[in-house]
Amino acid sequence: MASAKEEEYVHKVYNEIASHFSQTRYKPWPIVTKFLNDQTMGSIGIDVGCGNGKYLNINPDVFIIGSDRSDGLISCAHEINNDYNVLVADGMNLPHRDNTFDFAISIAVVHHWTTRERRIQAINHTLSKVKVGGQFLIYCWALEQGSSRRGYHEGMEQDVFVPWVLQEKNKGSSTQGKKKKKSIAKPDLTAIPPHERADFMAKWKEDQEKLRQEELKKEQEEEESKQKKEEEKADATKYRFYHLYREGELEEDCISAGAEVVSTGYEKDNWYVIAKKL
Amino acid sequence: MKFLTTNFLKCSVSACDISNDNFPLQYDGSKCKLVQNEDIEFRPEFLLNILDRIEWSAILQVAADLGNTSLPPNKPKLNINVDELTEEEQIILRDLHTLLLQTSIVEGEMKCKNCGHVYYIKNSIPNLLLPPHLA
Repeated sequence: MASAKEEEYVHKVYNEIASHFSQTRYKPWPIVTKFLNDQTMGSIGIDVGCGNGKYLNINPDVFIIGSDRSDGLISCAHEINNDYNVLVADGMNLPHRDNTFDFAISIAVVHHWTTRERRIQAINHTLSKVKVGGQFLIYCWALEQGSSRRGYHEGMEQDVFVPWVLQEKNKGSSTQGKKKKKSIAKPDLTAIPPHERADFMAKWKEDQEKLRQEELKKEQEEEESKQKKEEEKADATKYRFYHLYREGELEEDCISAGAEVVSTGYEKDNWYVIAKKL
Repeated sequence: MKFLTTNFLKCSVSACDISNDNFPLQYDGSKCKLVQNEDIEFRPEFLLNILDRIEWSAILQVAADLGNTSLPPNKPKLNINVDELTEEEQIILRDLHTLLLQTSIVEGEMKCKNCGHVYYIKNSIPNLLLPPHLA
């Protein structure tokens, strides 16, 4: 089911990578900044999928409610600035009043829905919150990313899983030196009467064997925990689902969602559309 | 969550949209903890424009839920031009600033008057996600 895939490859992942992801998201994109600054004094808007809230205080003259499906990211936003108006909500079931807001933005969000039908439905749902004539700025990742290091380009599969590598947390804990082999000294038997020496040696050997077994067990446990750490390291790569938009596709989706396309463009590996609520 | 935000939040359950009881949500006054942040700057022009966009009856309901019944029954009609505000209008606007922008619900709960679903506010963050059977 589409929503189960989104739970696994979008919702869960963003909560797991929230704080690391948030550290990498601080630079506002110029066209988004312009869109926000173009809004009039006292306008009210929504930012659907606001993440850590980097667009919430671009223009202090507007009142923006930011929402995200990830409570981890919303907590990051609240920690960054406790004056942000943020809440946790699903983009398909938004709690905002209908036909109320002057504008909406959704930056790098719509591409996470796993079917075209759901992406159109999501655009339509956000638009339902906007007043007639209000504008909605949408950014989605482009298939055409010729110049970027990821190298996505025309003709490739558009539905992809994009890795997020979490920073390693416990560096340097595995630098224990190789254990020294202990040379075992034979016991001094001079104080033991000769007739007891055989028994003494038997017991000594038994004790040594026990010690050796314990040592072996310890080594095994260490080996296991080392393996576990390796697995955790592999586990630190998380995959997020993306639909990479080809040229013209976002406009088509906005029209299917019942909007009028006001303008459109390409910026930093993304397609964007300003759509108008009809 | 600022008091003003309550004026924009309804129940997330789409089936409640056909009812008139899904907005505003009903706040449990005994469980809501309010905090006032006096650092939030008073900006009359901003607030006048916001006032234009709010639903007064919902402001009255939520204020009453939280124990404030002293608001005027109708939305104050204020001069749009900030420079022409009378002293009395200035006082009204300042009071609204205190209520709408400086007052936050930091802990609490609210429910939909139609379906009864309860939502929680923790650490100032309201969570309006729905359990799978309601989504």
